[in-house]
Amino acid sequence: MSEFLHVLTDHWSLFGQGFGNTVKLFLIAAVGSLVLGTLLGAFRVSPIPALRWFGGSYVNIVRNTPLTLVFAFLVFAVPKLDVDLDYFTAATVALTVYTAAFICEVIRSGVNTVAPGQAEAARALGLTFDQVLTQVVLPQALRSMVPPMMSVLIAMLKNTTVAAGFSVLEAGAIPAYMAEFGEPQFYVLLWIAIGFLILITPLVLLQRLLERKWAVAR
Amino acid sequence: MSVLYDLPGPRGRRRNLIIGILASAAIAGLLVWVVYRFNATGQFELRRWEQFKFKAVQMEIVHGLLATLKAAGLASVLALLFGAIFAAGRLSDHRILRAPATAVVELFRAIPLLILIFFGYYVPLQYGWSISNLWALVVGLTLYNGSVLAEIFRAGVNAVPRGQAEAAYAIGMRKNQVLRLILLPQAVRSMLPAIVSQLVVLLKDTALGFIITYPELLTVGKTIGGRLTFGFPYVPAYLVIAAIYIGICGLLSFLAWWLQRRLTRVRTTAAAPLPLNDVSQEV
Amino acid sequence: MGMKRVAVFAATAAFAFSLTACGEEGTPTASGGGASGAAPASDTCTSSGVALTADSSAAVSGSPTFDRIKSAGKTVVGVKFDQPNLGYKDTAGKRCGFDIEIAQYVSAKLGVDPAKIEYKEIPSANRETAIKGGEIDYYVGTYSITDKRKADVAFAGPYFVAGQDLLVRKDESAITGKDALKGKKVCSATGSTPIQRVRDEKLTEPENIVEFKTYSECVSQLLDKKVDAVTTDDAILKGYAAQNPAELKVVGQPFSTEKYGIGLAHDDKALRDYVNNQIEAAFKDGTWQKIYDGTLGKSGSPATPPTLERY
Repeated sequence: MSEFLHVLTDHWSLFGQGFGNTVKLFLIAAVGSLVLGTLLGAFRVSPIPALRWFGGSYVNIVRNTPLTLVFAFLVFAVPKLDVDLDYFTAATVALTVYTAAFICEVIRSGVNTVAPGQAEAARALGLTFDQVLTQVVLPQALRSMVPPMMSVLIAMLKNTTVAAGFSVLEAGAIPAYMAEFGEPQFYVLLWIAIGFLILITPLVLLQRLLERKWAVAR
Repeated sequence: MSVLYDLPGPRGRRRNLIIGILASAAIAGLLVWVVYRFNATGQFELRRWEQFKFKAVQMEIVHGLLATLKAAGLASVLALLFGAIFAAGRLSDHRILRAPATAVVELFRAIPLLILIFFGYYVPLQYGWSISNLWALVVGLTLYNGSVLAEIFRAGVNAVPRGQAEAAYAIGMRKNQVLRLILLPQAVRSMLPAIVSQLVVLLKDTALGFIITYPELLTVGKTIGGRLTFGFPYVPAYLVIAAIYIGICGLLSFLAWWLQRRLTRVRTTAAAPLPLNDVSQEV
Repeated sequence: MGMKRVAVFAATAAFAFSLTACGEEGTPTASGGGASGAAPASDTCTSSGVALTADSSAAVSGSPTFDRIKSAGKTVVGVKFDQPNLGYKDTAGKRCGFDIEIAQYVSAKLGVDPAKIEYKEIPSANRETAIKGGEIDYYVGTYSITDKRKADVAFAGPYFVAGQDLLVRKDESAITGKDALKGKKVCSATGSTPIQRVRDEKLTEPENIVEFKTYSECVSQLLDKKVDAVTTDDAILKGYAAQNPAELKVVGQPFSTEKYGIGLAHDDKALRDYVNNQIEAAFKDGTWQKIYDGTLGKSGSPATPPTLERY
């Protein structure tokens, strides 16, 4: 037992740095993917065929590509484009690009859950597409969107560990460092699992809370 | 036609056309720039692509694909089993079964897949058992996707209207009969699309095998791309690997979407199909 | 929707068809030219040409490993597969390199035809476990003899001495040795001894240490100017420099001594002594030299046999 504790206390700074970067990756990519995903979602429901087509192709391509491959493109292909990203930035971009496809789908199906009569009534009043979307549909759709959106973000938090394979020191990279120190991997992995439980539990509870609150209201 | 906007009039059509052209130009410009840069850095040079002409390299890709499908196949079967057992536990009337099943499912849903794969890989090694990296990967995939599937199963059974079970109890069926004869047949149909969707996720996740050097498709792509003699053809290799993944996962996603549409149209069950991106949204 | 899916399916099918339809036999040979100007050599394994025949009179009394080999009629050897001129597997699946031929030499001396070797690719982190667990009979693959490892396994040799060095871009002038790495991005394989040394000796700042699973990825990042140096044993780095001399060079200031040994079961002293005798014989009769010149010597500098360290 004391050995188990020592794994954490002896390498406190490594765990701190690792989980610190995990949280940083998560927050930046969360904002990024919400913005990009919302934009793509708007594309997918817009009256302009070219935008709809682009949104659809983006989702179909990205959603069927493993996240690891998205990372690989960012790290090995993007330098050829004369774009210089450091490894941390590349990781946030990879997570953003990947997660945005899922956010986009949440938004599209959220919009579809709003009763057609709502949009029709709004249009009868003379509201434009932008107004129908932002003032009538989205405020109602938001309720059905938030729980799945939270699921996507929780999954993204776990997905940050893939960055370990691409030279970012986050929680998923800790085992490799600890192997160098010769620490028992089982304990190391247990601590990492505990770390993720601590990060994810509040998110899951929040999701449940919102779900319950709005399930009643519907 | 969406309910969000009217059929555009002449002015609207003109405006949409202009935006459409501008957007297409922007997208095309982006693509042209990417292709131009790849070309300028020699990514389309023959020497970076000619590996793919050879049988030995093609066989490498085929073996990688088979390794991916093998891991995905094994993990799918085991994850479905795991999911069924723990969903049954969570649906049980006995607290003694419900509590541990809930704990296990919630635990494995909170731990990143990569860490679960590490558990499967390092822990047996530490205690001196040699475990093949295939099984380390399969164990990780099973625990992770199994707990997601358990949630899908549970949601599927819960999606069958209460009246169905109540009516069955009323005509004297026992719990086991209600579940087996009334709830499951209806639930399975409603959750089929979500299950297929989750299996796509599982298939994609096999790509994490590269981190424990399991020779799956992405690892093969890395090997092919890492050959300095051919000028490090990472870009060609990853493009080819991506095309294969998108092809296979696309087909499966299409199956999920088709099932979803069919089930929405042809209602043979009282339960509405689970939304594809709700519980199954475990990216 | 439907059309697009059909197109995707058609593309997949076309690819699958192309796989079966137009495979050229043999190993790919890269044709030269291109922006980089490097004329790549072919990716075909060639051996040094040293003829090895199984020594049918071989006997090692009191060695459990030898008994296992004898009854199995084959040797199971742990190797690497991604290090040009050391332990390499070409696209056709043929193996070659200095380590591979040393492994074949040892196998012949144990009475097993090198054609009957079963190769196992064991990642660096699992070597001790694989030897201890009896998964392999012996391991030959840039395996440095260290006191820490001697606690778990036994070493015959060393059969080669390498040193940690730096691979840089051809036009690099600032990096002249390990003390010029401050502020430079340095790449090596995750969990490897070289990267640990960089960290322990603080040769560069922690945020400038870059790690990938394989050296190839590091070298690719070096060419893309994402990192400034790749560090590991010079024997490995010279292989990369030889493949692309127009863009890469080895600094040539080794800052460690890595004695490559043959990893054996910890308590099998009989086998260790026997293998040591055979290596010594190869040093003396010129076999070692011929193997070296025909493999590693092609990419590096001339070398002479090291001094054997029996313990």
